Order: sequence, then C-alpha cells, then structure tokens
Amino acid sequence: MKKRVWLLSLAMIFVFSSFLMACGKDAAEKPKEKTLIYGRGADSKLLDPIQVTDGESINVTDQIFDTLVEYDRDSTQVVPGLAESWETSPDGLEWTFKLRQDVKFHDGTPFNAEAVVYNFNRWMDKNHPEHKGGEFPYYGYMFGGYKGDPGHVIKNVTAVDEFTVKFELNSPQAPFLSNLAMSPFAIGSPTAIKKDPEGFARNPVGTGAFMFKEWKQNDSITLVKNPNYWKQGYPKLDKLIFKSIPDNSARFTALKSGDIDMMDGLNPNDVKLVESDSNLQLFKQSGMNVGYLAMNTEKKPFDNPKVRQAINHAVNKQAIVDTLFAGLAVPAVNPMPESIWGYNKNVKDYEFDLEKAKQLLAEAGYPNGFEVEFYAMTEPRPYMPDGKKVAEFIQADLAKIGIKAKIVTYDWQTYLDRTGKGEHAMALLGWSGDNGDPDNFLYVLLDKDNAKAPDAGNIAFYKSDAVHDLLIKAQQTSDVKERTQLYEKAQEIIKQDAPWVPLVHSVVPYAASKKVTGFKPHLINLNLDTVDLQ
Amino acid sequence: MLAYTIRRLLMLIPVLIGMSIITFAVVHAIPGDPAKTIAGEKATPQQLEEIRHSLGLDQPFYIQYFRYVGDLLQGDLGTSLITKVPIAEEIGPFLAATAELALTSLVIAVFFGVNLGILSAWRQNSWLDYGSMVLALIGVSVPVFWLGLMEQWFFAQELGWLPSNGRVDPRLDMEGITHFYILDALIIGDMELLGDVLLHLILPAVALATIPMSIIARMTRSSMLEVMRSDYIRTARAKGLSEFWVIYKHAFKNAVIPVLTVAGLQLGMLLGGAVLTETIFSWPGVGRYIYDAINQRNYPVIQSGILVLATMFVIINLIVDLLYAWIDKRIQYGKE
Repeated sequence: MKKRVWLLSLAMIFVFSSFLMACGKDAAEKPKEKTLIYGRGADSKLLDPIQVTDGESINVTDQIFDTLVEYDRDSTQVVPGLAESWETSPDGLEWTFKLRQDVKFHDGTPFNAEAVVYNFNRWMDKNHPEHKGGEFPYYGYMFGGYKGDPGHVIKNVTAVDEFTVKFELNSPQAPFLSNLAMSPFAIGSPTAIKKDPEGFARNPVGTGAFMFKEWKQNDSITLVKNPNYWKQGYPKLDKLIFKSIPDNSARFTALKSGDIDMMDGLNPNDVKLVESDSNLQLFKQSGMNVGYLAMNTEKKPFDNPKVRQAINHAVNKQAIVDTLFAGLAVPAVNPMPESIWGYNKNVKDYEFDLEKAKQLLAEAGYPNGFEVEFYAMTEPRPYMPDGKKVAEFIQADLAKIGIKAKIVTYDWQTYLDRTGKGEHAMALLGWSGDNGDPDNFLYVLLDKDNAKAPDAGNIAFYKSDAVHDLLIKAQQTSDVKERTQLYEKAQEIIKQDAPWVPLVHSVVPYAASKKVTGFKPHLINLNLDTVDLQ
Repeated sequence: MLAYTIRRLLMLIPVLIGMSIITFAVVHAIPGDPAKTIAGEKATPQQLEEIRHSLGLDQPFYIQYFRYVGDLLQGDLGTSLITKVPIAEEIGPFLAATAELALTSLVIAVFFGVNLGILSAWRQNSWLDYGSMVLALIGVSVPVFWLGLMEQWFFAQELGWLPSNGRVDPRLDMEGITHFYILDALIIGDMELLGDVLLHLILPAVALATIPMSIIARMTRSSMLEVMRSDYIRTARAKGLSEFWVIYKHAFKNAVIPVLTVAGLQLGMLLGGAVLTETIFSWPGVGRYIYDAINQRNYPVIQSGILVLATMFVIINLIVDLLYAWIDKRIQYGKE
C-alpha cells in the first residue's frame, strides 16, 4: 500500500514535469518574427518624453519618438531629424526649420509644422489646456523657464507654411540646436495628446521606429515595428521588448541562459566573463559623464585652496580605475570628458604625490592632518558603479597624509537631499551630460549661481566670480570658437582652485548575445533601429 | 462564532488606524523628496518648490495626514506620484503576482514540510529523521537571495531547464484578465501559456518556500510525535490498521492544528517578505512595488501599499482562526 502511494506520486511528478518540459520547448520554438529582449535594471516611469528625467524612461521613448534634429550616430554633432534643414538669422534670434514631408505619426496623424507648434506650446505655456500630466522639468531647465518667466528663451513658435516652422527667441542661446536634439523635446501626436493628455504618458504615440504596444508595469514594455518609418529600411526588428531585471547578476544569468538578448548595467567584474564567453559580445561606450569628489569650500578646512590641492595630490586615480572599474573608465582631469568640445587639453592634472600633498597640508596649517566626514553613495550610478569602494580606496590614500576620513552613507534620495543642502564636508557625486554642450557641465556643476542650498547642483559650493563671468559670457555667445576659448579659460581657473578631485569618466558596457548585430552604442541616446538578429 | 467573527472584523479598524499613523509618520520622517524623483536631479529649486506645492507637500504633516485618511474613508487609496494612476487601479496586478507566488510557495511548503515532518516523526531517531531535520535546519538558515541565485545558476544557466526570471516569456502574448496568470491561461484555454507560466513559477516559489517548509517540517514533527504517543493511536494500531492510515488519517488530523497556525502565519510572511525573491527573479509583485516606491519617496504608494498588505495579513489570521474552530469543534470562540 505504502509503496504504491510513493510510486504513484513519483509517476505523477514525472508525468507532470515532462508535460511542463514539452510546453517549454514549444514556447521556445514558436516565434518566427525577430524579437529582441533588452534587459535593464528598472522599469520606465512614464513614456511621455517631456515628463521624464530618468534614463530608463528615455531609453524607451527614444525608440518611439523622433526629434527635429538628432545627434550623429558617432558623436554629439547635430544632424537632420524630422527637420531636413534649418537656417538661423545673423543675430541668432530666429531659427527656421524645413520639415520632412513624408512622415506620419503611429496613429495616422500627419506630421507637419502645426504638430511642432502644438508640442512646443503645450510645453512652454502653463495655461495651455494640455499642459498636463507632469511638470515638464526639462523644458524649463533647458530653455530658461516657461512662457512669461524672465529668463525664458523661446518667444514664439509659428508655422510659416505646412512644412516650415519658425522659432523666435528672446535672447540668443548658444546650445539651442543641441537642446532641440535632446530626447525630451521629441514630437508627439497632437491627436493622441488632445484625446488624453495625462494618459499619453502610458499610451505614447510618436513618429519613431517602433510603436508602443503594451506595458506591464515593473515587468516589461513591448514595442512593435513601425512599418512606415521614414528612415528607409529601418527598423530591422519586428518586436522590441524592454524587460526589467533589477539584480545585475540575475540579469547577466538571464543573458547567458538566453532569456534576454542584450543588457546594460553589467557589473564591472562580469566584463571579463563576457569577453571569454563565445556566445556573448561586449560593447563599450565612453560615457559623457564625470564622477567626482567634491570638497565643500564653505566648510573648514576646505575653505583653504591648499588643502584642496593637497587632496588632489593624494588621490591615486589610475589605481581606482584599474582596480574598481576593471579598466572601464579613464582618469578625469577636467570637470567634463574629452569627447565634449571646449575641453582644455593643456590643463595638467595634479600628479599623485604624497610628499607634495603633505607639504601643502603643512603650509595650510595642518601638518598632522585632520578628521573629516566623507559622504559616499551606495546606489550604483553610471559614473560610479560602487561608490562605497571608491570612498574606501580614497580613505586609504588620505590616511597616508594624516587625514582621517570617516565614510558616511545614505540611501540615494537622502544623499541628494543632504548634499544639496551642503551638509557634507567631502562627498562623492557625478553627472551624466544631457546635450553634449560644455555649459551643461561647467555652469550646472561649478557656477556660483548653482551653489545655493537646498538644491545645489554645485555641491562644492564653489563661488568664483572669474569663472562665473566666463560661463555667463559663453552662454550669450553663439560663436563656437569664442565659446571654446571662454570654456578653456574657465577650466584652467577651476583646476587651480581645485574645488573637486575629478575622478573618472566611466565607460558604459553593454553585453549581448552573438546573434545581435548592428548595435552601436552612443554617447547620449540608445539607438536600436539599426539592430538586427541573426 | 458569528459574534467572534464580527468582533475580529471590528478589531481591524484600530489596527488599520494605527498602521496608517505609523507608516505616515515613518515615511514622512525619512529625508528625501518626491519632488526630486519627479523633476530629476537636475531640477531648479523653483521647479521643486512648485512640485511640492502642487502635491500639497508644503502643508503641515497633520493636514496631509487628515487629507490622506479622508480620502481613504472614501475608498481612495491615493494616486501614485510617479505614474499619476490611482493606486487602487494600479496595485491589482502586483497583488495578484505576489499572491500567486505566495500561494504556490505555501502549497510547496505545506506539502513537502508536512510530509518531511511526518517522515521524521514516523521514523524517529533514524537516519531518515536526522537527515530531514538537518535539511530543515539548512532550509531555515540559507539566505533566500543566495538560494535564488544558485537556483538560477544551476537550473537556468547550466542546465537550461527553467526560466530564470519573470512570470511568463515576454515573447508570448499574455493578456492579464485576473492577473493570476495560472487562472488567466486556463481562461484563455492556452495550454502552452499555462506550461510557460508554471515553469516560471517553479524557481522563485521553491526559493520562497524553503524557509516556511523547514519551519512547517519541524512543527509537524514535534506535533506528530506528541500525538503518536497517545492511546488512541496505540488502539488504532492494535486494530490492525495499516501504518499509512494510522498516520495520515488518525494521527495527522490531530497534529494538524498547530501546523495550520504556522502555515497561516507563514502566508502572511510570504506576502510581505517576498521583496528579495521578487527582486532576484524580477517578479513584478507588490513587494517590489513598495520597495521602488520607498526609493522614489512615492508617499501614497508606500502608505497604501503597506496598508493593503497589513489588511491582508490580518484577514489571513482571521481565516486561520476560523479554520481552527471548523476543524476542531472543541475550540469555541466568544465564550470566555
């Protein structure tokens, strides 16, 4: 009796599992269309590009929407997008764009000048009936506020004829064209927005390579091929699925077992495993970012430039890059990466020299060093996959010159809150660029305008009038040559004053199955329309 | 029994009020700011101020609290600050995902736990007994995330037998009707889909079941040992009943009550404690929903999410207590 029961249950388990296995096999064989599953660490928040600020949202909207102008595939140079050509008046106050005439939104609405005017009016005018669903933060951020605000750059957007659109500006804005190429300013279907301005963020309609199909929150977003895409022959894939797998190791396992085809957010330690796996390939993109150590210049002893210079001498950046970034980074000299124009190649970094550091400390009146709290983030960031380890590394370096740094950590929100208020003496932080313009690094991170609690972007609270004058002048000039000179000068002064230790510009790795072809990582955007599966 | 049930339901009210005050206070005491999540790290102070104002976050705490409770009384769980969707509308699929995982784990934990426990008790002090109990001890001690990663590595990556993440292969078209995917697949009548859903359940459910299974096994063992010593078991054996009937029919029926309590409590734990499992297996459940909300300081979601979980926990406890009375008529409520 007993034996029979056991046998029976064993048999049942066997039958059941073979049934499951059979089902599983069928599932794997079924798809004939080309579907790519892209694994990432978190879900998107919303899919209306103007409403979001996080990379996970923008990576998806990039596939659904197009902008008037785009960044070149290889650089941050601006090339035609939905606009075929443009011209600007000599004073830089008028920009006229000629639009493509063969484009339709996914819902069939024709793309024309009216659509562009509609989108811009929706964003800039807080009284617009469809200025709804979000705060449109990037609009205010890149164009100096909203309609009626004193610093607002765009005076008027008008349709000259069906396929010509004219922007009149209140004041010339040097990075205007670069700004227009940014993902938040992608053009959405006016029909869809009018129908449900808030729901648009969960049911996006653009002109892009892929059309939105389905969103399972916290799980996956499914896009399908836009058969009428205006770029001939693209996209290559029939279906594109963004799948969130929060844990880095679990995501890598999913890639190796074929559950996903491609992923970002690779642990630096896994890079070697990708390279040695014959089924996988690695893509590297030097990121448009900077990871830095900011010293609060309003707090003792960092009000003394000699102390800041001493610390610059004491940090061994190359060793950090080699050990903690597995080589996926370059040591930073200036506050912005070399890939951005205006970078000053003549600025020399403080060499790693502990004796010199000690000497400077002694000159500053701290021959025996001092004690200090050192803020480190625990959340992995693109420019710093493991902030705590970087902090420990620097802590060991500082100990050699007598500085006792006590590492303090907070969760990410608290961290931003505290550093924004200037509660730290020393803190790690970083920045990912938005539009490839030097202003987007230097002004935002080191101008005295942004050294104001509680939401300081300049968390060194570095206030240099000389730097401020240069950066403001550069904002009002549209001549790239002149701007370059101004930014080069600013970088020299910043280096001398040393409010930061610029640490690294990180390299962003992507791993994919060997079946994936045609992928080319980009400094700013995620381009998947050229990607194919073999 | 009816009076008892009603009294227990009424007790829910102070519990929930207490819960709402505690979560509200704790959530608002954490530094950090939902405005920053919404506007991004690059927002200007003026933008942040405007967002705080539009969300009512610049109001004093007590006003925010009363506004929240007022909405709750009208059945409004609030609106997610990030997605701008009412939480009552949004939370369904997450709850279903967690419930499906938790219930599957519970079935696994009870089935294997009870049988392991019975086996131990039946062959007390044999190698079988020691073996099962060592297994149970390891089961309670192994960290869930480690077990999860090991499972993925072995069964998904090395053997390629089981999928390592998610609820269903995203290539298949899964339409959420009840959002219990097993049910949904049955409703649609797609056996292929059902198979895929079950396959996806195995690894996370086993990882999540390990701890409760071990606890249930130990509980069953001690409870069974006690019962097996009693006279009526000796009588049953003397009557010549087969060992199988003695154990499963006569002994287990009396040993099951404490096991039931533990299982009920474990279900509560499974509901709330699935965050790690959900993260590793990227299971879109309510644990991760709340966890993400905490990181984003999405106050309404944290508050209401915890409140919904707490309510479910209390209700499960109630059901367990009522089951008690139903199984063992000697237990009488409301007669203290």
